[in-house]
Amino acid sequence: MSDLAEIISRNEDQIRAEWIRDMGTSVQRADLMSKTELNEQCKTLLGGVVQGMKSSAPSDIKTAGWTTVREFLEGISASRARQGFSPTEVANFVLSLKPPLFIAVRHDLNKSQDKMFDTLRDATDLVDALALLTMEAYIATREELIHRQQQELMELSTPVVKLWDGILALPIIGTLDSARTQVVMENLLQTVVATNSRFAIIDITGVPTVDTLVAQHLLKTITAARLMGAECIISGVRPQIAQTIVHLGINLEDVMTRANLSDAFGLALQMSGRAVVRKTAATAESKGILAGPMTKQEK
Amino acid sequence: MERIPVLRMGSLLLITIQVDMHDKLALQLQDDVTNRIAEWGSKGVLIDISSLEIVDSFIGRMLANIASMSRVLGAETVVVGMQPAVAITLVELGMSLPGVRTALSVEAGMELLYGVGAGFRTGSEDERDEA
Repeated sequence: MSDLAEIISRNEDQIRAEWIRDMGTSVQRADLMSKTELNEQCKTLLGGVVQGMKSSAPSDIKTAGWTTVREFLEGISASRARQGFSPTEVANFVLSLKPPLFIAVRHDLNKSQDKMFDTLRDATDLVDALALLTMEAYIATREELIHRQQQELMELSTPVVKLWDGILALPIIGTLDSARTQVVMENLLQTVVATNSRFAIIDITGVPTVDTLVAQHLLKTITAARLMGAECIISGVRPQIAQTIVHLGINLEDVMTRANLSDAFGLALQMSGRAVVRKTAATAESKGILAGPMTKQEK
Repeated sequence: MERIPVLRMGSLLLITIQVDMHDKLALQLQDDVTNRIAEWGSKGVLIDISSLEIVDSFIGRMLANIASMSRVLGAETVVVGMQPAVAITLVELGMSLPGVRTALSVEAGMELLYGVGAGFRTGSEDERDEA
């Protein structure tokens, strides 16, 4: 093992120069990082590798002796993932260390074939271990990014709005899964308490499909609201969704449903003893206008 | 022994649960409520659980039981002020308390019991006439 470390430290400058050249256009993204920065990174990594190999073999890359290399590589791939490097570019940064290493090994050990073979194997192990580490860190960063975006989306897309004194609306956009239902439910119930609202309209115009699971989530929310003393009305049921609900045999008999938000709002107003009356004809026609469109739809 | 007070307000019984419910307390309450309804001839029972933060399936069933028993004795039950966390827990436990009426506040519960807001849950015939 010390053979490889020795070769690297002896030929460091040459290996680094060839390494950077080999990376070529694939990693040297002038738009994302400068040449001096890259040179600095290569230098740090090579120094760390030499130090790590003094303590243990590269197959033990998880051990304490390699901490510097590990942390440095993880840092590099994380920052590259955020900068927008592609996976190939990130992997090539480490993988292109292989040819210059091999050349240096061949040059230094051409006397003994056995020794050269062993050292080459060590070099391969080393570069592979480093590359795996790099990719793992890269993917971890990307996953973290995706996770954070998901969470942000979830929080963004579940607002509870107050339509009127005692009437809330909850426009749901996107698919309802278990995690999201939990957020929606908590949001809704907390706002019900905070605003002392007796009615909540759940608008599902933005929900692409309603299957049994989504329906079950909706029913859970409605039941929880009912337990607190608030009534839920589902609005925005598209014709296709109404057909799906019936075909799937989902029981929404006990739930008030309306085709659009305005009908649901009208129903809520009417049930809370209010009516929308046109100002000019208020006295003459109040009886007739009173919740006119709703009366037709009542059973 | 610790027990939950049952107050009489005209023809109503007023129960405010302000301590953590344990099973013995729940059974005692069930006993008290049914006895008081029979004794005072109450027509309504209002249970305020706004301070209740922890429920289990037993307490949930107890609430449903009190409602059913009161109905047998001729009194309507309204549970008011349930906390969001409690409501979510009960739903997750699969207890939707189908026979229990609910309201957001004591005031709303009273209205419900006195029949002022009667029908707001199922239909709106009365309210439309009033309007």
